[in-house]
Amino acid sequence: MALLQISEPGMSTAPHQHRLAVGIDLGTTNSLVASVRSGLATILDDAEGHALLPSVVRYHADGAVDVGYSAQRAQSLDPHNTLVSVKRFMGRGLSDIDDVGSLPYHFVDAPGMVQIKTIAGVKSPVEVSAEILKQLRARAELALGGELVGAVITVPAYFDDAQRQATKDAAQLAGLNVLRLLNEPTAAAIAYGLDNASEGVYAVYDLGGGTFDISILKLSKGVFEVLATNGDSALGGDDFDQRVFCWMVEKGRFQPLSAGDMRLLLTKARDAKEALTEHFEVRVTAVLSTGEMMDATLTQTEFNTMTASLLGKTLAPTRKALRDAGLAVDEVKGVVMVGGSTRMPCVRQTVAEFFKQTPLTNLDPDKVVALGAAMQADVLAGNRAGDDWLLLDVIPLSLGLETMGGLTEKVIPRNSTIPTARAQEFTTFKDGQTAMSVHVLQGERELAADCRSLARFDLRGIPPMVAGAARIRVTFQVDADGLLSVSARELSTGVETSVQVKPAYGLGDDDITRMLKDAFTHAKDDMYARALNEQVVDANGLIAATRAAMQEDGALLEPADQAAIEASIAALENLLTQPDHLAIKRGIEALNAATTDFAQRRMDLNVRRAMAGQKLETFS
Amino acid sequence: MDFTQTHFALFGLPATYALDREQLDSAYRELQNTVHPDRFAAQSDAEQRVAMQWATRANEAYRTLKHPVDRGVYLLQLQGIDALDAHNTQMAPAFLMQQMEWREAIDDARAARSVDALDALIDELRRAHRGIETQLAELLDARQDFEGAREAVRQLRFMDKLIAEVGDVYEELES
Repeated sequence: MALLQISEPGMSTAPHQHRLAVGIDLGTTNSLVASVRSGLATILDDAEGHALLPSVVRYHADGAVDVGYSAQRAQSLDPHNTLVSVKRFMGRGLSDIDDVGSLPYHFVDAPGMVQIKTIAGVKSPVEVSAEILKQLRARAELALGGELVGAVITVPAYFDDAQRQATKDAAQLAGLNVLRLLNEPTAAAIAYGLDNASEGVYAVYDLGGGTFDISILKLSKGVFEVLATNGDSALGGDDFDQRVFCWMVEKGRFQPLSAGDMRLLLTKARDAKEALTEHFEVRVTAVLSTGEMMDATLTQTEFNTMTASLLGKTLAPTRKALRDAGLAVDEVKGVVMVGGSTRMPCVRQTVAEFFKQTPLTNLDPDKVVALGAAMQADVLAGNRAGDDWLLLDVIPLSLGLETMGGLTEKVIPRNSTIPTARAQEFTTFKDGQTAMSVHVLQGERELAADCRSLARFDLRGIPPMVAGAARIRVTFQVDADGLLSVSARELSTGVETSVQVKPAYGLGDDDITRMLKDAFTHAKDDMYARALNEQVVDANGLIAATRAAMQEDGALLEPADQAAIEASIAALENLLTQPDHLAIKRGIEALNAATTDFAQRRMDLNVRRAMAGQKLETFS
Repeated sequence: MDFTQTHFALFGLPATYALDREQLDSAYRELQNTVHPDRFAAQSDAEQRVAMQWATRANEAYRTLKHPVDRGVYLLQLQGIDALDAHNTQMAPAFLMQQMEWREAIDDARAARSVDALDALIDELRRAHRGIETQLAELLDARQDFEGAREAVRQLRFMDKLIAEVGDVYEELES
C-alpha cells in the first residue's frame, strides 16, 4: 500500500503544486521576463512599472554594478564602463566584430571570446549577460514570491553553437536552471496562439536590436514544426542607428569623435529613427563636447534610402528559408512580425510587398518573445497537462568535420529537426597513422577555414594499419537545446574519445566555476546554502516522481527491481537528513541509475499505447 | 527501445516505396507527442535521457522515410543492397546526356542572369524527379527489380544535386 506523503514544514514539494518558472527574452537592446499566472502569460514589471529592462550594464570602480535604465542614462558620461548591446559579442572573437572602430570600448582579444576592459576589471560578454539575467531573476522572484524552478531563455534562431553555449553559461552564472534554450521566432509563434485553430504555414520575421531571424513553421494539430530557419546574427536595429549616425557625422563635418560624443550621437541617431516611425520628418540636433554642433532635418524618404540595403539583407535569408522549406511565397498563410525594429514603416512595407500580404502586428513586437517563452516554461515545469502543443525545432547551420585538404564534410545538415544524432565513418590518410585530429565545424561553406570552428580533439591509440584500413566512427548528437556533443570511436579496437563540444569561443567549466566563486566570495555561506537547497529540492522532486511512476506502472517491474528502486529511495531519503549537498547529488545519480531500465520500459509501453491508437484512427 | 524494428514498423506503415505522406506525418506527430523530451522536462534524468533517445530515433526515421532518395536507399538496404556503392556507378547513356543538357541550361541561365529561365528549369527538374519516383515505386513495390531500383535511386541523387545547383544560382543572382 502506498503511504500518503507529508512534506516537511516550510518545504513543500508536492508534484501538483504550481512550480514557478519564467520565460526570459535576453535581447540585444532590451530584456524582459514573463511568467504564466492564473493561466495567462504576463510580463513581470519592475517596481517602477517598466516592462523592459534595457540590456545595459555599468561597472563602477568599487565593483558595484548598475543594470537597466540607470546604466543607460550614464552611457555618454561613462562610455568605457557602460556596456550596451553585449549580446552581439556573445560567443564571438574580436575578428568577428566589424565595427570595432565605432564602439567606445577597450576590447581585449582573449583566446576565447572577446572581452572588455572596464574600471572593475576585464569582463566577458557572458559575465555581462549574467548581470542582466540576475536582475531579471530578482525581479521575477520578487513578483512571484518564491524561488524559480527554472527558466526558458530565448536565443536568435540563427545563433550558432558557440553563441548558444555562451547564453547557457550566462544563465548558469546568474543561478538560473535552464529548462530550455528556445528560438525567438518559435517562442513568438506560440504567443501568437497559432494553435489548433490556425493550421498551415506561417513565417516569423524577427528583426531585433542586433539580430535577424526568419523561420518558416508548419502548424498542424497542435504541433509547431519548424521547416526551415535562416537569418543574420549581426544585423538589426543597431545597424539602422549606425546609418543615421554616419549621416550625422557627415552633416556636422565632425572631427574624430571622443567615446562620449560617439555614444551621444548613437543615442541621438536611435531617437531620430524611432521618431520617424510616427513622423514623416524629424529635426536632428547635437552639440558635442568640443563645441562642434549639427542641426539638420531627416525625412522618412532619406532614411529609407540610406537603409534600403539593410532591408535587402533580410530578404536574401528569407528566400533561402523558403527554398529550404520547399515552399513558394503564396503558400505562406500568415507572416508574424517580431522585434522592436519591425515597428519601422519601411520594414513593414518591405515584408508586405515580399509576402504579398499584410503582416500580423497585433501583439507588441517587444513582448511577444518573452510571453511565448513563459508559456513554454509553464509546460516544461510540468504545470500543464502537456497535451497543449509540441515544438519541433531545427538547427540553423550545418555541423560537420574538417577533412583532408581543409574541406568541410557535413555530418548534420542545417534545418535538421532536433534532437538528432548522426554518425559518419572516416579513415586514416597515412600508413601506420595512430592518431587522428578531429576538428568540429559549423557553417555552410566548403572550406573549413570559412566555417566556425567549434572544437578540436584528438583520437589516439589507433592500431597502426595501412592507410584507409582503420574505421573511425564520429557521432554527433544535438540535444533539444540545439547544443552539440561529439564522440569518436575506432571500430576495430573500441578506442573512444568523447567531448561535450565547448566551443573555442566559449567558456570552459573552470571559468564558470571561478566566476561563480568570485560572485560569492562575500557570501560564502550563501553559496553552500544555495547548493544544498537546490539538491534537496531536486532530490524531493525525483523521489516524488519515482513514486508516482511506480504507482502508475509498477506492474512493469519484477519484485527484485522494485526492491532495488525502493532501496535507492530509502538511501536518498537518509542522505537528506544530512546537510551534505555532494552526498545528496550522488544519491540522486544513484536513484537515476536505478530507474533507467524502468524509464525505458515505461516509454516502450507509452509508445505502444500511442501508436496502437494511431493505427486504429488511421484505419477506421 | 527495439532497435531491430524498421522505420516503417515504427510508424505502423507498410514497407513500400509508395508512401501515404499524411499517414506518415500523423504517425510521426503522435510518436513525438509521446516521446519528446519536452514531455519529460519535469521528470527524472533517467526519463529525460530515454526521451532524447526516442525523439532522436523518431526524427531519424521520419527524415529517412520523408526523403525520396533516403527512402529508396533504406528499402534497398533492408534487402541487403548498398544502393550508393562507389564501385557501381553505371548509368543509362540517355540519362547522362539529359544531365549534360540540364547543366548547360543552368550555365545559360546564370550567364543571362535570368530568374525566369531558372523558374522554368526548376519546374522541369522537379517534374523529372517525380517521374523517377513513380518509376522507383513500380520497380521496388510491384516488380521487386532491385537492380533497376538501384539505378533509379542513383538517378534521383543526380537530380537532387542539379536542383541544389539551381538553388545556388538563385542565391548568386539575388546577392
